[in-house]
Amino acid sequence: MTNSLYAILLALAFALAAGLVGSFALMRRMLLASDVISHLALPGLGLAFLLKINPLVGGGATLFVGTLIVWKLEQASGLATEAAIGVVFAAALAIGAAVTPKEDLIEALFGGFQPLSLGGLISGLAAAAFVIFFVFRFRDRLALSFFSADLAASAGINVRRLNLYFLLIFSLTVIAELRFMGALLASALLIVPAATGRQLTNNFSRFLWVSSAVSVVAVGGGYTLDKLFMKGALPGPAVGIVAAVLFGLSILKRAAK
Amino acid sequence: MGNSILSVAGLEVAFGSRVILHSLSLEIPPAACVAIIGPNGSGKTVLLKALLGLLPYKGEIRWDVSARPGYVPQQVVADRHLPLTPRDLLEAKARTLKRPAAEVEEVAGDTDLTADLLDTNLGHLSGGQFQKALIAFALLGAPSVLLFDEPTASLDELSEERVYDLLHSLQQQRGMTLLLVSHDLSVVYRYADTVLCLSKGQACVGPPKDVLTPAMLEQLYAAPSRYYRHHEHAEDVPERR
Repeated sequence: MTNSLYAILLALAFALAAGLVGSFALMRRMLLASDVISHLALPGLGLAFLLKINPLVGGGATLFVGTLIVWKLEQASGLATEAAIGVVFAAALAIGAAVTPKEDLIEALFGGFQPLSLGGLISGLAAAAFVIFFVFRFRDRLALSFFSADLAASAGINVRRLNLYFLLIFSLTVIAELRFMGALLASALLIVPAATGRQLTNNFSRFLWVSSAVSVVAVGGGYTLDKLFMKGALPGPAVGIVAAVLFGLSILKRAAK
Repeated sequence: MGNSILSVAGLEVAFGSRVILHSLSLEIPPAACVAIIGPNGSGKTVLLKALLGLLPYKGEIRWDVSARPGYVPQQVVADRHLPLTPRDLLEAKARTLKRPAAEVEEVAGDTDLTADLLDTNLGHLSGGQFQKALIAFALLGAPSVLLFDEPTASLDELSEERVYDLLHSLQQQRGMTLLLVSHDLSVVYRYADTVLCLSKGQACVGPPKDVLTPAMLEQLYAAPSRYYRHHEHAEDVPERR
C-alpha cells in the first residue's frame, strides 16, 4: 500500500468519526465554536514548521491548550464569553499566520502535509476507533446533557466533566483532520455533514449515521475530485466543496418534501 | 439528620451581591408533600436547583442515602428542534441509570404518553405534551423524591387534575416525598402537608392551615383578596390525609 492510500484510508476513518462528533456538536450548538477551536491549531502548526518538528504535535499542543481555554470560557455566559472566544480566534489566526513560514502557510491552512507512514496509519486508526468508541459509549449521556444540562444533572450525569471529555474528543478529531484538511477547513467535516444529516432526518440514530455517511462520501468524493481535476495537490478544499454540494442537495431534498 | 430524607441548614444562595435565599433551614421527613410558595423571584426555582446541586450554594444540604431525586423543571432551556423524541430521552435515561427498558413504557403509561407521542419529535409536541414527557422523564428510575417546579403550568385543567392525581397515587403507593412549587393555593391545600413560604430571602414553614393565614398571604403576595378566595374554596376540598 502506498503512502497516499494510507492517507486516504485514515481520512475515511476520521470522516466517520467526524460525522459522529459533528452530530453531537450540532446538538450542543457549538458548530461555530468548532471553527474557533480548529483555528487554535494554527500557531502550533506554524511553530512546528518553523522548528522542523511534526506539525501535528505543534498543532495538537496549541489546540489542547485552546480547548481548555474555551472550556473555561464556557463556564461564564453571555456576550463576554462570545467576545472572549472571538478574541482567542482572531489572536490564534494572527499568530499562526505570522509565525508560519510562507512556503508552509498553504499546507498549514489547507492541509496535505507530510506523507503518512504505516505506524502513523495504525496510530491514526486507533485514534479514530477511540473517538467512535467514545461517542457510542457516552451517546446517551451526551444526548441528555446537550438537550438539557439540568435534566442530565438530575439523572446523575456529571455534565461539566462530560463537556470537557467531549471537547477533548472534539479536539482529537480536529487534530487528525489537520493532516488532510488544514487548520482553516478542519471544522468543515464536523459542521457540514452534521448540518446535512439534520436536513435529511428527524430520527436520532439515523441522524448520526447519515452525518457519518455524508462525511465519508465527502472525503471519498473530495479525494477523487482532487486526484482527477486538481492533480492531487490539496485534498482539503476538494473535500470541503463536495461536502458543501451534499449540503446543497439536502436542502433541495428537504424543500421538495 | 434523624429520620429526615432531606436536611437543610443555613442554606444561602446568591447571584453576585444579590442574595436569593438567606439562612434557610428545614427538615423534610420521608413521604411528606411540601409545597413551596412565594411571589415571583422569591427563590423557589433556585431552591430546587440548589437542592439538586445544580447551583452553587453555602450552607448544608444533606440527602438521606435512600433519596433518589426526580426533577421536573419549570422551564427547560433546551433546543426542542433537536432530532430527539420523548422515547429517545427516556431510553437514554433508562440506559444511563441501568433501569429495565420496560420502565419506559411504564412511565409513559403513567403520564398518558401514547406510543405515537413517544415517537414524535420534541419540536412537534405541544406545550402540554412536552410537559408530560418531562414528568415521565422525572418518574423514570423509581425516584424516592420528586421535585416539581410548577409541573402543570402548561397543561389543561383535565391534564392538570390527572397529574396531581398521579402524584398523589405515586406518593401513596411508593411512599415518595414531594417537593412541589405551585402558585395554585387550592392545590397546596389539597395535597401538601407542609408549606414553605419564601419571600425576600426569608422563609416560614408549617402546616398549610397554620402558615397560610390571611395576614401571611397578604405579607407574602401583597394581594390578599385573590388568595382568600382560594382559601375559602380550598376549605371545601377534602384533605388528602
